[in-house]
Amino acid sequence: MDGHHRLTMTHTDLRTTPAGRVGATGGVSGALWRRPWLRGSLTLAPPLLWLGVIYLASLAVMLVTSLWSVNPLTNKVEATWTLANFQQIFTSTYLVIIARTIGMALLVTATTALVAFPLAYYMARVASKRTRNLLFTLIVLPLWASYIARVYAWIVILQQGGTLDWFFAKIGLPEPNIGYTNVAMWIVYSYIWLPYMVIPIFGALERIPPSYLEASADLGARGGTTLRRVILPMVLPGVAAGSIFTFSLTLGDFITPILVGGAGSSFIGNVIYSNIGVAGNLPFAAALAVVPIVIMIVYLVAANLAGASKEVS
Amino acid sequence: MRRSTHVIAATFAAAAALVLASCGSSGSGGTSSSGPASADSGSSQAADGGSSSSAPAAAPKPPTADEPLPTSIGDGEGELNLIAWEGYAQPDWVQPFEKDTGCTVNAKYAGSSNEMVSLMANGGGGQFDMVSASGDAGLRLIYSGDVKPVNVDLVPEWKNFYKFLQSPDFNTIDGKHYGVSYEFGPNVLLYNTDTFTAAPDSWSVLYSDQYKGKVTVPNNPIQIADAALYLSKSQPDLGITDPYELTQPQFDAAVNLLKQQRPLIKKYWDLASQEITLFQSNAVVVGAAWPYQTNTLVAAKAPVADTIPKEGATGWADTWMLASKAPHPNCAYKYLQWATTPTVQAQQAIYFGETPVNTKACAEMDKLAAGSCSQYHADAPESYFETIKFWKTPLAQCGDGSADCVTYTAWQSAWTDITG
Repeated sequence: MDGHHRLTMTHTDLRTTPAGRVGATGGVSGALWRRPWLRGSLTLAPPLLWLGVIYLASLAVMLVTSLWSVNPLTNKVEATWTLANFQQIFTSTYLVIIARTIGMALLVTATTALVAFPLAYYMARVASKRTRNLLFTLIVLPLWASYIARVYAWIVILQQGGTLDWFFAKIGLPEPNIGYTNVAMWIVYSYIWLPYMVIPIFGALERIPPSYLEASADLGARGGTTLRRVILPMVLPGVAAGSIFTFSLTLGDFITPILVGGAGSSFIGNVIYSNIGVAGNLPFAAALAVVPIVIMIVYLVAANLAGASKEVS
Repeated sequence: MRRSTHVIAATFAAAAALVLASCGSSGSGGTSSSGPASADSGSSQAADGGSSSSAPAAAPKPPTADEPLPTSIGDGEGELNLIAWEGYAQPDWVQPFEKDTGCTVNAKYAGSSNEMVSLMANGGGGQFDMVSASGDAGLRLIYSGDVKPVNVDLVPEWKNFYKFLQSPDFNTIDGKHYGVSYEFGPNVLLYNTDTFTAAPDSWSVLYSDQYKGKVTVPNNPIQIADAALYLSKSQPDLGITDPYELTQPQFDAAVNLLKQQRPLIKKYWDLASQEITLFQSNAVVVGAAWPYQTNTLVAAKAPVADTIPKEGATGWADTWMLASKAPHPNCAYKYLQWATTPTVQAQQAIYFGETPVNTKACAEMDKLAAGSCSQYHADAPESYFETIKFWKTPLAQCGDGSADCVTYTAWQSAWTDITG
């Protein structure tokens, strides 16, 4: 009790008589106290250094590289400026791959949102505390297993003669046989990124005061109207926040296309990967890497307009 | 409380996303960090077909061509750092070597030729001593100066090699040996014996509508060479003599063939295990493969067999190459001597399912596993191996001295176009 009291006192003292207290302690902390700007700079320096030097500088280097070329003979990267890499991106080969990647990212985002909403709604508003905790654990649990292991599990399910085909055969339906197709990729992505959608939507749903729903009902709105006009607008920021995860994670992935994709399943990431690793054409890979950056900037602006930043902050 | 739950939930999601994002980028980051190095070191070829015309006709001289050769092997340095294919530094033969020479072997396994080139950037970086490079990486390593010539006189077993692998053009230039051949094998036509009652005699089955959706081929630009090899026989008027040295019209013909093939493909496989799964589940019935897949599938009692069709086959041949900045050259030479002995050659061949370069290894193989010598063609006449066109890096310089051939970078973008 005494300790608590003294702590409170110190706080009060600091607030009321800063100069006197600090003068007494003196030294570094005193100097910091007298110069709030210094305190601020020191606190911000490590993250700013990280962001500026490690993150932004490497991005800048990549952008510069994308304007360079490769010497045809020695294959060394040469600092001759050219837009050829970007021109090459705007050919049908790469436009198809970019469109496929964006399309899949959007599709997966929509799917996870549709699946996540009822689940999150149940957890936030219907389930008992105990069930909610259990569901929460179950949703988060797969994240503890390796991404690769979970993708491989889906290969076993989806491949020809796999669990899915077996099940369809048992109930007398034709075998879907969707292993190694874009449909398989869609299913796998929707499964893998689902937790990232459920959690923000759950957060948004949980924050809707019950009184709003009661008020809506009191004013004569039926369930559907309440859902449409009260719940959905308030959940939208959560969906937007979740979609940032699902969209960007799908956009940048290149492992699932290798493992469960078929012919014609390459993503932007796969082309970047093979241009770096196989062909050693770093400038073109860098130019191609600009594409997802631009897409993400556009997407983040859009998500921001939908209120995602409110949700994350 | 609500607020704090929400904050926790959001924080968790963000943290988890960060972890995943960083995992993702460590995968790609790992590649990209080695990427610049590989590009710097000249891992392969030019921007695109168009710019190759600016290349001079004569092949450049490898940067390390004039490095002096050792005339004797000194005392071991106590360590040896290898970049190897998985299965190439097994305890069976590495442990006796370590005991014998006092050179502790540290092996780093690479999953692809390109990873090897990346790791070997800057002459092995003063860290690695040798790399078990396949032919498609060999010229890249040589012309970027990452490997240096070796004195084959210090490797006594070299004279027992198959003649065609003593100085093959993927590791020997102007009489200088940038390494010592190790093991090799063909890329075979793998087929389901329930579907094919007799072995198909032509690669045409991979391009035939008959097996639509039941075909698999490797996801590798070097696959263009397989199409070129097939065309060299089926369309002789194209004038293809070397499937790795293609002029633009020849290259276009091969790419066209592969584009027609794409609707037939179930999956372009990236890993040998994927092809094995595809055949086991009957998702495919025919495909291009390595003998490794055949052996694994046959061991699992799958109804498959493989063959080399009448057009011949492409193949790989691995070379132990010496890094230009090798920190332990004496241990490296001692390992070259050891790895080329008939016993090690036989052990390696049986372990991996390939053919030893040392002609004396056949008897050793049969001692280790009866019948393995002929199973892996270690007793075949040289004429058999003439049907195999070994992987080499496609360069702008054609064999005839002109510089009109399509470079590997163009192979890569064409492959993206085909499979994308």
